[in-house]
Amino acid sequence: MALLDVQNLVVDIPTQRGVFHAVRDISFTLERGETLAIVGESGSGKSLTSLALMNLLPKLMKRKAARLTFDGNDLLDMPERGMRKLRGDCMAMIFQEPMTSLNPAYTIGDQLTEALRCHRSVSASAARDRAVQLLERVGIAAADRRLKQYPHQLSGGLRQRVMIAMALMCSPDLIIADEPTTALDVTIQAQILRLLADLKKEFGMAMILISHDLGVVARVADKVAVMYAGSVVESGPVRPVFNAPSHPYTRGLLSCIPVPGRTAPGAPLGAIPGQLPNLIGWLEGCTFRDRCAFAAPECAGEIPTAEPEPGHEVRCVRLPALAGAA
Amino acid sequence: MSDTVLELRDVTRRFEVSQGAFRGSAMLTAVSHVSLQVRRGEVFALVGESGSGKSTLAKMLLGLLPPSSGEILIDNAPLSRRNRVAVARRIQPIFQDPYSSLNPRKSIAQLVALPLVVHGVGDRASRRAKVLEMLDMVGLPRRLLDAYPGQLSGGQRQRVAIARALVMRPEVVICDEPTSALDVSVQAQILNLLLELKRELGLTYFFISHNLAVVEHLADRVAVMYLGRIVEERSRAGLFAGPRHPYTRALLDSVLTPDPELGLPDTQIGAMMANPMSDDSGCPFAPRCPSAMDICRTTAPPVRTLSDGWATCHLNQEQEEALSAS
Repeated sequence: MALLDVQNLVVDIPTQRGVFHAVRDISFTLERGETLAIVGESGSGKSLTSLALMNLLPKLMKRKAARLTFDGNDLLDMPERGMRKLRGDCMAMIFQEPMTSLNPAYTIGDQLTEALRCHRSVSASAARDRAVQLLERVGIAAADRRLKQYPHQLSGGLRQRVMIAMALMCSPDLIIADEPTTALDVTIQAQILRLLADLKKEFGMAMILISHDLGVVARVADKVAVMYAGSVVESGPVRPVFNAPSHPYTRGLLSCIPVPGRTAPGAPLGAIPGQLPNLIGWLEGCTFRDRCAFAAPECAGEIPTAEPEPGHEVRCVRLPALAGAA
Repeated sequence: MSDTVLELRDVTRRFEVSQGAFRGSAMLTAVSHVSLQVRRGEVFALVGESGSGKSTLAKMLLGLLPPSSGEILIDNAPLSRRNRVAVARRIQPIFQDPYSSLNPRKSIAQLVALPLVVHGVGDRASRRAKVLEMLDMVGLPRRLLDAYPGQLSGGQRQRVAIARALVMRPEVVICDEPTSALDVSVQAQILNLLLELKRELGLTYFFISHNLAVVEHLADRVAVMYLGRIVEERSRAGLFAGPRHPYTRALLDSVLTPDPELGLPDTQIGAMMANPMSDDSGCPFAPRCPSAMDICRTTAPPVRTLSDGWATCHLNQEQEEALSAS
């Protein structure tokens, strides 16, 4: 049985002008030890998806799903008290901004041990030992001394390592990392990603990586889901998706990034003209059709899911026509 | 007319940093003995991570911050002897964050026309015509003339910032991370626009970035900055084919191309930063350098001239070649 099973997840935001469908009907499963990357641009709904899994959405947003189970537990009917038991213990989150998601008024040690002391009956000194052990594991020297420091005394890279150690305190089964390296320098980014990959292997965790960076996703993930305007337009194992991108949006995104040695310097980069559609009200058909060079009348109708390879799913009705054009 | 449009001669900038009550203050050297020349019509890229001093350097080039020592020359005349308004005619900035660099209470027309007003160019009607011309040039629809920044998307705002920077037809544009706050599809559009405008108007770009893939795409020459010092300055092709400084090599290794076969790189560099407050004489990169020797910690590395630039490192040529081969 899959560790996480999400079927037809929807996140709706009521507004004065109607219902804004921020996440539209997305489904995926995640096995233990697997890394799923959700990739998309701002406004694609990728961060709301992760908050919806943890039931951390702001109150006015509505979450619906046909099925949402974690380790056999139904999260849809779970009361808040049950969710609190899971959060930080079995499922943990690493947030994007280490500067704002650590509490400036508490020491690193207080914040690290809080989750463990909440969920397990351990002594203060045992929790401290665990914190020191994890800080060392994430590559922080003089961990003893760091526990007494406050977040502002640490650099951005160190703070992000503290966030990772904090998420690992209770050895969770699932880690959700929302842009864990976006705020970091490139040389540190590679180190943190390697660290996450090593720890994931060592602790046998599953990971959901939320990112806008196709390079990070390609190097880290086992499976990838490309989101556009609240829906998953293409998903599958990372190799077929990157080696044979099939949805026009995925292809467009990949053509937008310069790749040293592959794109000719100074040559125009690919572009995706236009803007995100208005997501208020239920849109029929493909949400990308207004910006798509291959759009045809049938794109306004029901979009079937094509499967060019086992597990590689593409939501595009024009796929047979596109295959010739590629 | 001289070939060099912008020149830095041994420019240093120090800041006095308070160490807390009763402890007095210490000197932080943000930019240390930087010399470089920017030729007319080229894209000169300055690469560095946070804290490397690249934004301090940009502020000095714009005349917003005087250097502590050394000289900045524009067309062979010292910047310090020109007044701010005259400098602004020749050098204009484009900043990273289009959300904070535009006054939210001014309309697009007012924002783009402001440099014309400051310099007393033309009357209302001719300024309006000029603004319309700029909007066309940067690809903004004319109907946005009376819109406010809050009504625009990130890409559109960056186009406004570009229109404002170019309305006085400056010679040099200082681009400080102009695309790092944007989504990849928007980044591609802005990079394409910057290259197009450069060809059309014969501009010189001083392009500051931490994104090596972007730098590879548009730079002619590249200087790599680490803790206030330039460690390597090369032609684009030379730098990307054979980086000489260990830091440059680590930076290049950290570029994550969307290639699922490659996995995560091991940059082999530490995360320990040298203290920018201490003004010791060794190489600033020595604490993180995988090939650091004893001499690196005590003696400033010599400048080695290469066919297409220079690098400053204690490793001799054979040692470097052995490293790049491995």
